[in-house]
Amino acid sequence: MTQHPGFGPDLAEVFGPAAQDGGPELIQLLTPEGERVEHHDFRFDPGAGVDEAETIRGFYRDMVLTRRIDTEATALQRHGELGIWAQLLGQEAAQVGAGRALRPQDYVFPTYREHGVAWCRGLDPLKLLGLFRGVDQGSWDPAERNFGLYTIVIGAQTLHAVGYAMGVQRDGAVGTGEPDRDTAVVAHFGDGASSQGDVNEAFIFAASYNAPVVFFCQNNQWAISEPIERQTRIPLYQRALGFGFPGVRVDGNDVLATYAVTQAALQRAREGQGPTLIEAYTYRMGAHTTTDDPTRYRLSEDVERWKLRDPIARVQVYLKRNGLADEAFFAAVAQEADELGVHLREGCKAMPDPAPLSMFDHVYSELTDELTAQRDGYAAYLDTFEVSAGSTTEGAAR
Amino acid sequence: MSGQKVTLAKALNMGLRKAMEDDPKVLVMGEDVGKLGGVFRITDGLQKDFGEDRVIDSPLAESGIVGTAVGMALRGYRPVVEIQFDGFVYPAYDQIVCQVAKMHYRSQGRSKMPMVIRIPFGGGIGAVEHHSESPEAQFAHTPGLKVVACSNPVDGYWMIQQAIACDDPVIFLEPKRQYHADKAELDDSEAPEPLFASRVVRRGADATLLAYGPTVKTALNAAAAAADEGRSLEVIDLRTLSPLDMAPVYESVRRTGRAVVVHEAHVNLGLGAELSARITEECFYSLEAPVLRVGGFDTPYPPSRIEEEFLPDLDRVLDAVDRSFGF
Repeated sequence: MTQHPGFGPDLAEVFGPAAQDGGPELIQLLTPEGERVEHHDFRFDPGAGVDEAETIRGFYRDMVLTRRIDTEATALQRHGELGIWAQLLGQEAAQVGAGRALRPQDYVFPTYREHGVAWCRGLDPLKLLGLFRGVDQGSWDPAERNFGLYTIVIGAQTLHAVGYAMGVQRDGAVGTGEPDRDTAVVAHFGDGASSQGDVNEAFIFAASYNAPVVFFCQNNQWAISEPIERQTRIPLYQRALGFGFPGVRVDGNDVLATYAVTQAALQRAREGQGPTLIEAYTYRMGAHTTTDDPTRYRLSEDVERWKLRDPIARVQVYLKRNGLADEAFFAAVAQEADELGVHLREGCKAMPDPAPLSMFDHVYSELTDELTAQRDGYAAYLDTFEVSAGSTTEGAAR
Repeated sequence: MSGQKVTLAKALNMGLRKAMEDDPKVLVMGEDVGKLGGVFRITDGLQKDFGEDRVIDSPLAESGIVGTAVGMALRGYRPVVEIQFDGFVYPAYDQIVCQVAKMHYRSQGRSKMPMVIRIPFGGGIGAVEHHSESPEAQFAHTPGLKVVACSNPVDGYWMIQQAIACDDPVIFLEPKRQYHADKAELDDSEAPEPLFASRVVRRGADATLLAYGPTVKTALNAAAAAADEGRSLEVIDLRTLSPLDMAPVYESVRRTGRAVVVHEAHVNLGLGAELSARITEECFYSLEAPVLRVGGFDTPYPPSRIEEEFLPDLDRVLDAVDRSFGF
């Protein structure tokens, strides 16, 4: 097919073999082989007075534990303890880098896959499981750790992030120069969501009001079975320019680069310089969810190629080769992961089903007369069954 | 302001102003709500007095308006968003139904969603398509939303303030045909009725007309005409569509034995169907006739030159009353 000169790129140019490693625009600070490399605009800076090796060991620990949350939850689904699980395997660096760059006052609007960001926000990962087990629809208080509830409808939360950021502006919490006050908001979404109207509207509103928001897109190459080239014919980060704010592509499997780029974008937002789009270029190593079968639509050789870019292995190699962590450290992290696994397994199985009548709670700030009548009617109905004694008021463990 | 006679449009404007004065967290957002004051001038002068940070002209994207308002509410604000016309609310449908309506529920009451979505609704203004819709049943069908409709200036003034003060999301329907129609006297010294309460607006003994928004006037006119013929019709302004306040309705229908619902929305699965079902369940032995419905036909809203054929009017209401008496 002949391209007319001057009318944009050929898809083969954008997604062809030369671009499959992310292309020349990819910001990388730690190679898949575990080598530190320089970048002309971004450098890894854990902060004044903070030990760099200690920070990187912390990232390693975060990623190992995040992966363990994922593998445990997947196993719990296989054992019938969860109805479904959205896997993040392969996206640990993108999420830990983005999560660790946050300050406490920053606010995160996640999709349903941000288990690693949740971990960085200090959320007990057990709380993530309730939604997937079917015992709640989000069990944490979003305001407690400034981490919103998981959002299932693709991209809807990006608008919430922009509105929240507009609220931050109105509170005067932008551009004051006070490190504990200036606030940024992060909107997480994926490559599939980039096609949604809401995401594009979020870009427009954020640009129009110069909102302090960072759009963090984990391009994991797949929206269930649809490859990235079904969503876009230019690299996603380049879309930002069309909306009037900067976009960058970072190696999403490089925790140092992801951290550095996110930190810089958050700082831009906090200073009042407006939105940024970060495309974290990564790969969904697992399935979309535990109900998905990726062997139907993608080649195992692609997966094998991405295995060589594993986000955890490269940090491990770096730490070992440079003598920044000893065997005792790695053993301790492994031990901690095992303990986390026990916590998740036992905690998940012990989660009670909600009481039947709890479905009437919180529809409104106060129960309406209509719902009171429905609830009382159903309670009376349940009471006509012998076995229901007590079950209407207390959850029964499975 | 006591004694001032104002239109519905002015009353809503005054109510919004009062709410913004009373609570600095109240924000107004929508298309053209700033300098222009809205295409119906409901927000006239608010931006001048409260500034661009509190009266926000938005990009032309309804999902964006409602979706960003969700974020503002999560940050502690009380956004009041204007959807310019009823037919333009659908791009925001997902945000309203999946996000706004469910946030409080999903968060187990931790995240409140004190948002008002103002929608000028109904027909009769000779507009092009998508400007005369009555989408109330779609929202009344959605748990988590509250839906109210004002019918007159006094209610408009109070109800908008009450909706803004409500911690739940409220779909606030304004009968656009009535915006500049009739004037009424506002008396700020009198305490308003509760927001989620229906009201008998005309006493009668022979049959009950149930109406809301633009059809309250239609029903009152029909009742006046019926009185000339010796029939005494009671008229109830429902005011709240979700939750419904059925107590005054049951009380009335038990007395009159007959009920006719009047709304502009399509009859099929409209509010009238729900009202009819509930009246039948609760007042079965008092009914002299089935509950009848007068509403828009189950067609798309027609071209405006024939919209008066589509909209319930005095004669169609009285025809339904006659049919009720025919049983």
